[in-house]
Amino acid sequence: MSSIMLPGADGALYQRDHSWHPAANTPGYKSTTFRAPRQPLLAIGATASELTGPTFGHSMLGALDNDLIRNYSQDGTEAIGQRMIVFGQVLDENARAVPNTLVEFWQANAGGRYRHKKEGYLAALDPNFGGCGRTITDENGFYSFRTVKPGAYPWPNGGNDWRPAHIHFSVFGHAFAQRLITQMYFEGDPMIWQCPIVATVPDKAGIDQLIARLDRHNTTPMDSLAYRFDIVLRGRRSTMFENKLEGN
Amino acid sequence: MLHPVPTLRETPSQTAGPYVHIGMTPNFAEIRGIYDADPGLAMLTPDTVGERIEIVGRIVDGAGSPVGDAVVEIWQADAAGAFAAPMGPNSNSAPAFSGWGRQPVNGDGVFTFQTIKPGPVAGPDGKPMAPHVSLWIVARGINIGLQTRLYFADETEANAADYVLNRIADPRRRQTLIARREEGALPRYVLDIYLQGDKETVFFDV
Repeated sequence: MSSIMLPGADGALYQRDHSWHPAANTPGYKSTTFRAPRQPLLAIGATASELTGPTFGHSMLGALDNDLIRNYSQDGTEAIGQRMIVFGQVLDENARAVPNTLVEFWQANAGGRYRHKKEGYLAALDPNFGGCGRTITDENGFYSFRTVKPGAYPWPNGGNDWRPAHIHFSVFGHAFAQRLITQMYFEGDPMIWQCPIVATVPDKAGIDQLIARLDRHNTTPMDSLAYRFDIVLRGRRSTMFENKLEGN
Repeated sequence: MLHPVPTLRETPSQTAGPYVHIGMTPNFAEIRGIYDADPGLAMLTPDTVGERIEIVGRIVDGAGSPVGDAVVEIWQADAAGAFAAPMGPNSNSAPAFSGWGRQPVNGDGVFTFQTIKPGPVAGPDGKPMAPHVSLWIVARGINIGLQTRLYFADETEANAADYVLNRIADPRRRQTLIARREEGALPRYVLDIYLQGDKETVFFDV
């Protein structure tokens, strides 16, 4: 087999639709002003350097990596807050499952306070809540974790801006060009529609894709609510990755 | 071969925010005990083949201020120009060189990776691309991760023939991707990354 990868060849990724993603410079979110490139991105097509990417074995995971209620417990006490399961499927644009990919997540505690030295919000830290976790999708692309619902918090952007409750997600996929960081919001939260960071997403349907749904069928009775959040990564023109998994 | 029509839209990107370290480098954020070590911190194993180097860069914003809260990931080939093969679902045998690293910047916007110099990888035209390292930068105020590359100043001939560098129309802008070499016990390659302005780094749509 040739290693030549022509643009549009099998294995290439669909072009990313930058009109669907936030622009780099979005003045309502002030921090973008000096951090947005002024020159257009240079389209280079994807080479082997972008079509490959790091992969992670399930053995890297600790037993509590996807349990934020317990993974920072100091003395066995569980984190304070509304208990939830967050789960979903990682798919590509062809609606094919993305198996065995690393998903990382981080969030504030139930009061909206992050465990970070640069965070000075007066809401208290929870001594038994760290706020980070990770998991690897199963063979059908599903992930899940247990946590408490994060609180809203104020931030210095406008004079009175508050972030809606949200959880940050980092997803790898199987190509460095699929790498994605995003934020998950909660169904019904009125603050979603007031947030300058949410508003960087130009299309309402795009914002809707960031809102997790309450899933009554997957709650644990007398224990946890459940929210479903599916994540879509860029699709490929062929099933090259699946072939690779089998050892080419 | 027939290809399916895409049926879903990619999940829109959002900024990683100022507290990205909680999730991506928790030990750096002083959240200890959840992970043994921050992922991607150590790229080298005793079995890694290749010339040990250090990659150092500073990220600067459009006002000339250091970007002190970014996280940088790199992805590169090994010394023979091969990328680490995908790991099996239950693999315990990490490769001698995974090719992936992740580092937070310090308060001055400086990141440092200890890695190896990569070998050349075949480009889309079948000819070898010059040795390079792919970078992905996220931070507060960056709505979608920025992709760029680092090339090596002592690869003059290969750089002149490189597929990607030659797609940059202005030769002066090609220089924004070429790291200078500084000799030392560990050779270091230094590249400053300008997000915006006169010295703006070339960023890619990959």
